[in-house]
Amino acid sequence: MKRGNLWLWSAAVLVYAFLYIPLIIVVLYSFNDSRLNAEWVGFTLFWYKALFNNTEMLLAARNSLVIALCASFCATLLGTMSGLAIHRYKLKVLPVLVFTPVAMPEILLGVSILLFFLQVLNFTLGMVSIIIAHTTFCIGFVAIIVRARLQGMDESIFEAARDLGASPWQTFRLVTLPLIMPAVVAGALMSFTLSIDDFVITFFTKGVGEPILPIQIYTMIKVAVTPEVNAISTLLMLLTLVMIIIAARLESNGSSEGNAKPHTAE
Amino acid sequence: MIKDGTKEKQLARLLVSGPPLLFLIVFFVAPSLIMILTSFRFPGEFGGLAPVTPPSDKAIGEYGFTSDAYQFFFSDFIYTEIFLKSFAVAFGTTLICLILAYPLAVLIARSRKHLRNLMVLLVILPFASNFLIRIYAWMIILGPESALSHFLNTVLGAFGIAPVTLLFSPFAVLVGMVYVHLPFMVLPLYTNLEKHDLSLLDAAQDLGANAWQRFWRVTWPLSLPGVFSGSALVFIPVLGMFAVPDILGGTGDILIGNLIKDQFLGTRDWPFGSALSIMLTMAVLSIAGLTTWFARSATGQRAI
Amino acid sequence: MALLEIRNVTRRFGSYTAVDNVSIDVEAGEFFTLLGPSGCGKTTLLRMIAGFDLPDSGQILLDGKDMVGIPPEKRPVHTVFQTYALFPHMTVADNIAFPLKMAGKAPQEIKKRVNELLERVHLPNFGNRFPHELSGGQKQRVAFARGLVNRPRLLLLDEPLGALDAKLREEMQIELINLQKEIGITFIFVTHAQDEALALSHRIAVMNRGNVEQIDEPSKIYSAPRNHFVADFIGKISVMNAAVMEAAPSHLKLAIEGLGEVTAPAREGVEVGDRGVLAIRPEQVRISHPSNESQLKNHFRGKVHDFLYVGDVTTYIVELVNGAYIEALLPNSAPGRAKFFEVDDEVTISWRHDAGIFLNDHQ
Repeated sequence: MKRGNLWLWSAAVLVYAFLYIPLIIVVLYSFNDSRLNAEWVGFTLFWYKALFNNTEMLLAARNSLVIALCASFCATLLGTMSGLAIHRYKLKVLPVLVFTPVAMPEILLGVSILLFFLQVLNFTLGMVSIIIAHTTFCIGFVAIIVRARLQGMDESIFEAARDLGASPWQTFRLVTLPLIMPAVVAGALMSFTLSIDDFVITFFTKGVGEPILPIQIYTMIKVAVTPEVNAISTLLMLLTLVMIIIAARLESNGSSEGNAKPHTAE
Repeated sequence: MIKDGTKEKQLARLLVSGPPLLFLIVFFVAPSLIMILTSFRFPGEFGGLAPVTPPSDKAIGEYGFTSDAYQFFFSDFIYTEIFLKSFAVAFGTTLICLILAYPLAVLIARSRKHLRNLMVLLVILPFASNFLIRIYAWMIILGPESALSHFLNTVLGAFGIAPVTLLFSPFAVLVGMVYVHLPFMVLPLYTNLEKHDLSLLDAAQDLGANAWQRFWRVTWPLSLPGVFSGSALVFIPVLGMFAVPDILGGTGDILIGNLIKDQFLGTRDWPFGSALSIMLTMAVLSIAGLTTWFARSATGQRAI
Repeated sequence: MALLEIRNVTRRFGSYTAVDNVSIDVEAGEFFTLLGPSGCGKTTLLRMIAGFDLPDSGQILLDGKDMVGIPPEKRPVHTVFQTYALFPHMTVADNIAFPLKMAGKAPQEIKKRVNELLERVHLPNFGNRFPHELSGGQKQRVAFARGLVNRPRLLLLDEPLGALDAKLREEMQIELINLQKEIGITFIFVTHAQDEALALSHRIAVMNRGNVEQIDEPSKIYSAPRNHFVADFIGKISVMNAAVMEAAPSHLKLAIEGLGEVTAPAREGVEVGDRGVLAIRPEQVRISHPSNESQLKNHFRGKVHDFLYVGDVTTYIVELVNGAYIEALLPNSAPGRAKFFEVDDEVTISWRHDAGIFLNDHQ
């Protein structure tokens, strides 16, 4: 088995290198004193300064933040309800509607919402349409996380609360909600991250008005590539890194409270 | 579970499942239906759609419903070719992802708990970076001024072969697709492999199987549900992706996604764009269905 | 009036009848057990008493009032769940305090009662611990405390000792009996372990496939089972086909196929010519060397087929001349001698004239 391990470890290291080297290059060149991403000239923070002076970019960042906050709020609310409902009741329609947007290519959702807004609602595309579109595909992620949490819990706990005198609402407030809270927060963080990063759906539903961050990046890549792109990329990576670590911490903290299903005699 | 039938229980059910259901019906089901409808309409004069009924008796042009958009698809082979190319790219990406992901997934599954969590986190982290950044990174690496290109062309030059451009080529598209989707293959695989009973391998070894046989006859068949899940999670998104060919590909490398994007934001031929989207949806549903069917029959149990 | 009256309760799931026209009365202060194999309906019945399920027909009366339709949180009935169901995000003290909080008791009262119960279940300083820090037995006791603190009219226990190892189980059984005696609350205990039922209960209802087979004190359930099922389910028993030759008020004379005449205790409702089985417990069957003359009325020759040594006793499985097998229990009291008989040894099997019981075929 030892020899096999060497092969496995080498393969693993190669794959990790494959995953990380490109990103390291992006980060590195954000500090490069050269317009071209070709060779290293010298260390500079010029591109970061340029970034903060780029009003368009700052506006785009602000818009993306607003969208992410709104979308993750709505998605967390609706997604938690979905996760609860799907786990507790034998529903046939809701699971399909909740999970399909997650499984389908994003372009389909983007295109159909564009059509819907312009054709049916006669509504100009803009921040609102983006928020709605983001919410739609984030609901599924929150629902999955919340439902997974519920599935790992001992069902009798909720019955015990009722048995000991708690009304359904009290049971939800005092028992259910505290216990799913880590999953709800993880879902919120996930939605926030997905929304900030989303390109495809935003691309179709943004209309021609406000600048949005991923679209700005896209335009820069296609039209005029400068290491400003590297700089904004690095900053975004940092942000999502922090979010993911917090989310991962919360998930593992929640499960250490002994929520694993206890074994039964039969 | 408390028995259904009490009014209280039904009210609770409505309150909890109602709002999400309503939201999704309005903003997911309705748009999907609209898209189906749109694919059967005529394109408007200045983009968009032509009205269903003519504005006046004397109006010229085409109105109402038609299957023109679908016929248009089949009128020129290039469209079918793009569809086939997309399938080929999706298939290739899935295969490469599988080959790269499998050893890593095995290693993660066999590691101790703390190391395992760290390794999984390290796989997810690149996914945390912006999607465009991951594509952009390869623009840098494959670009004509990059170290890699210089190195490659020097080597080729030594053999008397003309220099090649790595960027804006099918190769670049493939690399980009693999890079973006690799984590999606690793996670389901590792989740499956983690559940394997290692004593089965010991038993096989005890009965005379060598390393390759142990893998092929024990590990691989047991990992099939994970393989199918991972493959579906890669294949389906790749089919619809347009950003990678758009940024890393050349003019001849467009896929279905690019075609659809052009119809909506370029030529504004909505019926054709919708028809293409419907066809993509059909393709995706078939793949999903096939995957589930394969997984069930290969393992005799529910895959997901 | 009994504390709890279950009257003609039926519960069906589709075409499957889980509880079939069951009627049971439970008296105040009793330790009452529902005993039966998996699927006999005992848990379904318990859930209907707790309020988590509704009967399709029948009534469940507590203190004379029908509870059907009243939700679980409004019933003065609490449950100890099989998996304990302690709230993982609350301390032990908060867990126990929960029903008191729901009942709106004052904080001082709550504190007092929680400490009282912690003392009673021998966990005096555990209030600030969390469930995941406790052992199985400790979680068990917290679950008991939580169910009792609000002094419900009834405490329902759904196989609570199932997850414990043998030694701990025995200890908890004794604790449970004492707890119930001290507090005086009526217990309804559900289990499939017949030895547990016999040890703990004042009365047992043996259930099978939705029906109640027999309700009696443990000793009567053991020594006078009403039918095949109860006889077979409780303890070990040997059965042999028999026909009634004589039915007197003081005794029965049975003819056992291929063996001969046997004297058995009298039984009501048995007539000459009835066919059935003679059922006899292993401890009632004596095994001895063929040379010893047996004093007992019923004695026959046989050959040892197999035996089971369990430390304090050995159960011998003996084949009689008619091909039937009978089990005989022999205490291993003589030190230094592990067994008295070997396989294929010739032995004499005997039992008293008032041992065993005749069960009619149609019971």
